[in-house]
Amino acid sequence: MKNPSVDTHLLPADSGTIGTEPLLAVDNLHVEFTTRQGVARAVNGVSYALNAGETLAVLGESGSGKSVTAQAIMGILDMPPARIPKGQIRFRGTDLLQLSEAQRSQIRGQQIAMIFQDALSALNPVFTVGWQIAEMFRVHKGMSKKAAYAKAVELMDRVRIPAAKQRVNDYPHQFSGGMRQRIMIAMSIALDPEVLIADEPTTALDVTVQAQIMELLAELQRESNMGLILITHDLGVVADVADKIAVMYGGRIVENAPVHDIYGNAAHPYTKGLLESIPRVDMKGQELYAIKGLPPNLLDMPTGCAFHPRCPFRQDDCVTDVPALHEISGTRSSACHYWREVLDGTAG
Amino acid sequence: MAPQGDPILEVRDLVKHFPLTQGIVMKRQIGAIKAVDGVSFDLRRGETLGVVGESGCGKSTLAKLLMALEKPTSGSVKVNGELVDVHKGSNLKRFRRNIQMVMQDPYTSLNPRMTVGDIIGEPYEIHTEVAPKGDRRKKVQDLLEVVGLNPDHINRYPHQFSGGQRQRIGIARGLALQPEIIICDEPVSALDVSIQAQVINLLERLQTEFGLAYIFIAHDLSVVRHISDRVAVMYLGKIVEIGKDTQIYDKPSHPYTQALLSAVPVPNPEGRESRERIILQGDPPSPANPPSGCRFRTRCWKAQEICAVEEPLLQIRPGTDHESACHFAEAHDVVHAS
Repeated sequence: MKNPSVDTHLLPADSGTIGTEPLLAVDNLHVEFTTRQGVARAVNGVSYALNAGETLAVLGESGSGKSVTAQAIMGILDMPPARIPKGQIRFRGTDLLQLSEAQRSQIRGQQIAMIFQDALSALNPVFTVGWQIAEMFRVHKGMSKKAAYAKAVELMDRVRIPAAKQRVNDYPHQFSGGMRQRIMIAMSIALDPEVLIADEPTTALDVTVQAQIMELLAELQRESNMGLILITHDLGVVADVADKIAVMYGGRIVENAPVHDIYGNAAHPYTKGLLESIPRVDMKGQELYAIKGLPPNLLDMPTGCAFHPRCPFRQDDCVTDVPALHEISGTRSSACHYWREVLDGTAG
Repeated sequence: MAPQGDPILEVRDLVKHFPLTQGIVMKRQIGAIKAVDGVSFDLRRGETLGVVGESGCGKSTLAKLLMALEKPTSGSVKVNGELVDVHKGSNLKRFRRNIQMVMQDPYTSLNPRMTVGDIIGEPYEIHTEVAPKGDRRKKVQDLLEVVGLNPDHINRYPHQFSGGQRQRIGIARGLALQPEIIICDEPVSALDVSIQAQVINLLERLQTEFGLAYIFIAHDLSVVRHISDRVAVMYLGKIVEIGKDTQIYDKPSHPYTQALLSAVPVPNPEGRESRERIILQGDPPSPANPPSGCRFRTRCWKAQEICAVEEPLLQIRPGTDHESACHFAEAHDVVHAS
């Protein structure tokens, strides 16, 4: 399906997959940024797939490329300085990177929507929240002002904002952090998207509010069978809601696994280190396991495996050869030369 | 190091109300934000007291009060048995030497135009008795080494360091005057997961080495549990439950503590469907106009008539072995129950 004139808006919306093609597939994606200091390779060959009704957690630290990948899917990267030299992003089999800007903006918001981390800066402070939610219906559906407002109230009810009718004319600053995030969610689900990307949706929130928001997202997902990409660095949130996990490091996926397989059973030293560095009850009073060193500099990536300077199991070939993503089973893979040893605990 | 001896810090009925005013020419006070409203606790030498609670519960105002950066509306703070008088300069200066702070955001709490050596050495400009002028450079280099940075980097600027390294600089600055108490206000929340463990290990090592007492303010409950000897849970300016870490985490008796603990995502997917979860509805009420009686009653599933009338005091209640401020306190293990 290379034909850019295909109107993806008219593609069938009933089934989760077309043949064996997943709902959304990122394939060998590369993204680089031209900066004054040189070219920063933020994403170096990322591939993942998402089916309808599924939750994929993309786990990684700042600079691992997790948000840049999401922005590439949404088509909201500033180009330049960003450039996508290689790769495909297929939505229902159509490569989004081959579409014109007009075609992409048809998909953006309607079929693939995004929730941002900081709701206060993502909302416009000078318009009422009702106006901002209603904008989705006016712009994409050509609804009248009045009808769009009615829809906005309905949506605010759906994301459980109390007294939606009275609050629809309030401004973002009049809402608490959790309520603002609900408004962001209302905007993103307004047009019933098939894929929802949530970029650190609860990082700025308290745990009690985080629990409310995660519950709301799970419920909305059940109702509409959306595919959800959850970008986060919180291993707890991932364990709670994800079906499968992609761990990113230095712009690559280092491990792919179903959520029940990875905890306590990591096949990549980075994942293993992350899991071991969480304070546990039985570790009280002992020194925490800490991954030594610092995340890599994107302008000057280490040779071979990007994790080798910090890896406790490093061998000589890790410094020279970039490890491929080895398949462990049908659903698991690890980008480590020594995944077998890491998995059965004999590495190092 | 086990906490020992007399309390090094005694806080009694500490209150901070920020006035709310109306009008420009004829300014009138129309109310007050009750940020901290009657907080009492002790801290012993070498002990870590964790303070947890949602944003707006008064954790950071409490930190500022303890640092004497804000004047309390009422109440008292005693350090080593001596009352801190915020109106007396000499008293305050001596006191501030003994109690230092590590800030949350290592990107904004270091002056970008000063070298690391100047940042860490600046406390010596005020407290000249700690280090004579000739000694300072050596002292700063020693401090850099203590926190695990290269002493040769003394002339570098903050932007040349990563987030975790900057937090180490902030910690070195806190140590410069050899204080007995360090207040850590969310010291690891701005750092990446793989770096957090490094900084927590450093804080624990320094505690053993120098016998420091920490007040550790954080919203990450698993980090607080790891580092704290005792934990205080705050809600709307008051401590609602305080006790040893095992008492708070294994036998929480205040409904708010139970809700808070059950809301923390557990990094283990096994049994996630059956885990007990208490999801509180809504947001905390405004501290300008807190509910009558028990402040938590508007979100509490146990609330009865008495909760609206009578404020529950922070005391040991029947059936529990630590203090909690709930009329219906009842120990209930939410973390391990399934």
